[in-house]
Amino acid sequence: MADKVVPIKEQKLMDVKLGQLPSWLAARDYSAQGIFLGFKAGYDRFFNKYINVKNAGIGGFAMLMTGYVILSYTWSYSHLKTERIRKYH
Amino acid sequence: MMTNLFNQFEIPQMFGTKMTLITLLLPLMLTPQPTNRLSTNRTYTLTKWMLKEITKHLMLPTSKNGFKWAPLLTSLLLMLLTLNIVGMFPYTFTPTTQLSVNMALALPLWLATVLIGLRTQPTKSMAHLLPEGTPTLLIPTLIVIESISLLIRPIALGVRLTANLTAGHLLLQLISTAALSTIKMIPTLSLLPTVLLILLMVLEFAVAIIQAYVFTLLTCLYLQENT
Repeated sequence: MADKVVPIKEQKLMDVKLGQLPSWLAARDYSAQGIFLGFKAGYDRFFNKYINVKNAGIGGFAMLMTGYVILSYTWSYSHLKTERIRKYH
Repeated sequence: MMTNLFNQFEIPQMFGTKMTLITLLLPLMLTPQPTNRLSTNRTYTLTKWMLKEITKHLMLPTSKNGFKWAPLLTSLLLMLLTLNIVGMFPYTFTPTTQLSVNMALALPLWLATVLIGLRTQPTKSMAHLLPEGTPTLLIPTLIVIESISLLIRPIALGVRLTANLTAGHLLLQLISTAALSTIKMIPTLSLLPTVLLILLMVLEFAVAIIQAYVFTLLTCLYLQENT
């Protein structure tokens, strides 16, 4: 039985064939709202899988904070590289 | 060695854009969305319990007119608490170390309480300028003093939070530099700064929580005087 034809815009990334990848990338919404909704969707997936569950432990929160720490490190790298330990100053 | 001790308080940037808004919105990301379910999951139950306790303790001494401030004050406390505690993680940016953020919170809140008092019960709120039982000769002086203390409240509110957190972070950085630089050369000497650092870290967590509480409590107090 043949599957129903799904337009490329509505397919999930894991269902897209490798040859269709450039057209899938071109069909995505790159406006400000689109990017914001993309981040929100990604965060909601993470949140509902690890934090908003019945028996949540420290794991979800720890993963989130680790990610935030790494992100903050990349943001403040230009300040931090002046603080390297050197033999001669 | 660092070039400038205050480099840690610089606002993080990505390709020239300041990331202040994202760091300020972090508490929003950490709070779960409310649901209509009776029996909720662990995260939401804990959050709901904490919010109920906060609201109860804030609204207990407040009069009925002040109840409409409950959402504002609870969310203020929650935001400050989250921002302060997340700022204790390494490399993170604490927006509450910036005077601009704290003054932007303190000044409108204080002004709102004063204006509400003057609008709804002007006599009673002006009466706060003179404590009970003052000798007659001291009345003019005391009114001037009380007015100054009233006007200095927003500055005190904002600067208190900024100074406490900035001083804490600065101390932490100084002592950790001392510990790091001596740990290779004289390990025994570095034991003292390391122990001090651990104790200071505990203190900093406490200060982070307490300062958020003090800010909200004082705002609630100014509200009680004026409603």
